[in-house]
Amino acid sequence: MTQSNAPLVGQSVPRREDRALVSGKGRFLDDIASPGGLHAAFLRSPYAHARIGTADLEEVRAMPGVVAVYTARDLAALLPGGQRLVTGLPSSSIAFALDRPILPEHETVYVGEALAMVVAETRAEAEDAAEMIDLDLDPLEPVADLENAARHDAPKAHAHLPHNRLARFGFSYGDIAAAFDGAPHVMSRRFRIDRGGAHSMEGRGVLAAPDAMTGRLSVWSSTQTPHALKRHICTLLARDDAEVEVTAPDLGGAFGPKLVTYPEEIAVAAAAQALGRPVRWVEDRREHFLAACQEREQLWTVEMALEADGRIRGLRGTLLHDHGAWTARGLNVPYASGMMLPLMYEVPAYDLDIIVTVTNKTPVTPVRGAGQPQATYVMERLLDAGARACGIDRAEIRRRNLVTPDRMPCERPLKLRSGEPVILDSGDYPRTQATALEGIGWHGFEDRRREARARGKRLGLGLANYVEGTGRGPYETVTIRVARDGRIKVNTGAAAMGQGVGTALAQIVAEHLGRDPSTIDLTLGDTREPYGFGGFNSRQTVVAGASADAAARVVRRKVLQVAAHLLQMPEENLDIAADLVIVAGSNSGEGLSLAEIAAASEGLPGYRLPGIDTPGLQATERVLIEGMAFANGCLAAEVEVDEATGAVHVARLFLAHDCGRMVNPQMVDGQILGGLAHGLGNALYEKMCFDDQAQPLTASLADYLLVTSAEMPVIEIAHTESPSPLNALGVKGVGESGVIPTAAAIASAVEHALEDLGIEISEAPISVQALHAAIRAARPGGPE
Amino acid sequence: MKPAPFTYYRPTSLEDAAQRLRDGADDGALILAGGQSLVPMMALRVAYATELIDLNALDGLDRPRVEGDSLVIPTLTRHATFHDARAAPAPLGDLLACVAAHIAHYPIRQRGTFGGSLSHADPSSEWCLVTATLDGTVCLLSADGPREVAARDWSDGPMSTTRDPDEILTEVRLPLPEASASWGFYEFNRRAGDFALGMALCVIDLQDDRITAARIGIGGIEDHPRRLPEAEAALIGRAFDAAAMAAAAEAAMRAVDPMEDATTSAEYRRDLTGTVITRALEAARLRTLALADPA
Repeated sequence: MTQSNAPLVGQSVPRREDRALVSGKGRFLDDIASPGGLHAAFLRSPYAHARIGTADLEEVRAMPGVVAVYTARDLAALLPGGQRLVTGLPSSSIAFALDRPILPEHETVYVGEALAMVVAETRAEAEDAAEMIDLDLDPLEPVADLENAARHDAPKAHAHLPHNRLARFGFSYGDIAAAFDGAPHVMSRRFRIDRGGAHSMEGRGVLAAPDAMTGRLSVWSSTQTPHALKRHICTLLARDDAEVEVTAPDLGGAFGPKLVTYPEEIAVAAAAQALGRPVRWVEDRREHFLAACQEREQLWTVEMALEADGRIRGLRGTLLHDHGAWTARGLNVPYASGMMLPLMYEVPAYDLDIIVTVTNKTPVTPVRGAGQPQATYVMERLLDAGARACGIDRAEIRRRNLVTPDRMPCERPLKLRSGEPVILDSGDYPRTQATALEGIGWHGFEDRRREARARGKRLGLGLANYVEGTGRGPYETVTIRVARDGRIKVNTGAAAMGQGVGTALAQIVAEHLGRDPSTIDLTLGDTREPYGFGGFNSRQTVVAGASADAAARVVRRKVLQVAAHLLQMPEENLDIAADLVIVAGSNSGEGLSLAEIAAASEGLPGYRLPGIDTPGLQATERVLIEGMAFANGCLAAEVEVDEATGAVHVARLFLAHDCGRMVNPQMVDGQILGGLAHGLGNALYEKMCFDDQAQPLTASLADYLLVTSAEMPVIEIAHTESPSPLNALGVKGVGESGVIPTAAAIASAVEHALEDLGIEISEAPISVQALHAAIRAARPGGPE
Repeated sequence: MKPAPFTYYRPTSLEDAAQRLRDGADDGALILAGGQSLVPMMALRVAYATELIDLNALDGLDRPRVEGDSLVIPTLTRHATFHDARAAPAPLGDLLACVAAHIAHYPIRQRGTFGGSLSHADPSSEWCLVTATLDGTVCLLSADGPREVAARDWSDGPMSTTRDPDEILTEVRLPLPEASASWGFYEFNRRAGDFALGMALCVIDLQDDRITAARIGIGGIEDHPRRLPEAEAALIGRAFDAAAMAAAAEAAMRAVDPMEDATTSAEYRRDLTGTVITRALEAARLRTLALADPA
């Protein structure tokens, strides 16, 4: 299966996760049995903003199967450590705290917010009872519109707030006034990016089971961050670290919205502990639409100053960011947007004012891409406009401004949220772009376009460059131990959510320990390890990978030291092949087994350890990662626009891509394809619509347009590997790669298809109706 | 699945079902056919039934047959039955096969029924469009006996019909088009399998290169699918050419009263009416050419 001499890292080793998943043996949250278990259902707010009154719960409590009903006041008694989830990252720019309550007591601030919980013998009985709760709600004026939310006379999203502007911060460097003063071209534009979700196939879910004998609480949750959930449960339920175990079972996708700990997880854990019985809640799709975190809504008012030859002089403007109703993660999304905007181009002066606004909508946390797709969209749209103004090719204006490879690693006048400087670590951006142009057939397309136009078809090509910040530190723990049976045990805080992190880590570890991934047993998202984070920010292969690599090297050394002692041979002459230590280069099939070496490494009473200073074949590493590894790419898109309906058909996508050294190229492609599908949604389909009372209008999969296989175009990918100097493996993350450039590249292509009509695309997604209206307005004789 | 409580009844005959429905209709008893709309709506608790009367165990309700000059489509006929063009005589079989391929997704078509689609009466129901365009007849049964409703009298507003709550839709009769008729269908939606934003079905008879009869129906545009006599009239007596098609499209755009929803304006749907009619007519015209010159 693996080539004998080639490094294991870099091969498309089949995913170890797949056999179970595709044969129905996956173990998702709702597959976990809980004999005698109860089921929870939540009463959710029908209003975007309302004052909460009282409810008479006596009748509801007497309904068939009902075991308990909790409002905020009932739950308070079960939460000695507090009733709010502090999940936001700190920032001095934040004007006021908006940590969300487990259940709100006085005021509800978005449609779908959990207001009360029923626990019953069955889910249907719990739903029946939740439906019967007659909670007094007095509607208040909601903040439904992002633009209005920031105004001083706007209604307040929370009645007690002084205003809705949660934070104001920015990025600024260079002489911005001089950059615009006398600039030959200034492109001034407004861009709107709409709100959407991630829509993993499996929604959220949690099961909590108390153990009457030990008093311990076991919790399973479909989460990206089991460590964070454990910390919050221990804090709010006032339990000791050793009394709570959190496990993330197989996840049917996550993509960001399972990043933060949610109120439902705490409420279910508290009820299970109080009732002394297992309690389960599994989110349905409607709940996912209403209460799972969303992202993307931003309004940009920006200007780009250009030299006559298209070189950028400066970039300035305002970003208005929709924060949703509570602070569930903090300022990381708008921060990423602002940092990303000028990052990969030579922008001598930059000034961006960021206003983060509270609205009466579902809280915002990262959705795959996390602010980067929006910034890429804005920058690439400005460059297309700039190319037209300067009369040069859209690819050429980019080539003239891209950071060049001779400057790598290239420190930018920007800072990470840690305060560390932003350093583009490696990559050849102009070459990546050239690869994409070559792949899509950029040169010579005009002939095809003209020929198609003659047949009444409008074709267009577009492109977008991007970088992706990956590998967020500070660390992830990896412990490797050779067990007495010779199996290699790898335990880590890195969490699986379907992306194949287990396969990647096994490859990295096996590289040093026998080169046979089948000898490795993995425990991911392991909360018995006290220090860990989990899966987000395209980080795990980079951060956990670095720790796995370091730990495997230490364990390898110990294995060889023990073996050298036992065999009375120099360490340098030995190697590990599968589960045997052999004489290097030998293929006799003879050797000392890892099991024998592991047993010897434990020591014997009264004897010295065999060639090692500490017992056992074990190492724990937490390699500290400070900078971020920046993957990059260029996406080229070919579209056909149906002039009569406004429909956009994406015919082809070509992605030139560089995520450093690839651990498993097939899994990299898998990540990219999934990201591109999501990006296609952001470009043309996915939009969470609300009315003027902030009522969601697209809360089903019939109304919210997720991309299906039928919409997927032909996709080609070309890889370049520019190793990152930031980690020993040279790897960069890839989880969000595909989603970042897609809306930008498709908008570019649509503009190209409609070039003669002078239509500019300034919204994502592009709806058929909006494009149709623009075409009608632009046609000779069309409405103004 | 977590619907509100309901009882389940499996009748032994249509008459038994009709009597059971008579007894329970006032309280909220409903007929269960394919369940592809009703069951998810119940799970979401946007639809409630006190009792579900499940027709699926009844024999003989799922195979279409020809009677006289009509195709009789019993109520439990699954959408997927029409994947096979031989399910009805040409050209109707081809027409129904083409339309069926646009109904939702493959798994839904295996289970969803013709009668359920007519009863649910979604504005974008392909079968409602077919029934309206061909002037079909809807056959109902209650405890009082059978009743027939002409397609043009079937709708009673959006997702509402003139069927009484205690009536069961037993079958739909579609008149067979002339063997020489050509037809065209065009549906526009944003994703494959979605409810149509607009669709058109036309059936055209030509004699001596002149259009002698025309049926043009639209769906997804107004609150229910219907024929557009103004557009049909614009074709009669003319050659089947671009000018005639444009005239029909223009007349249709003037005649319709389009719906508006969260993402689609009436103005968009009005314009789309012209587009889907033009494209359906163009498909019919190409079939005419193929009929005239089979080589």
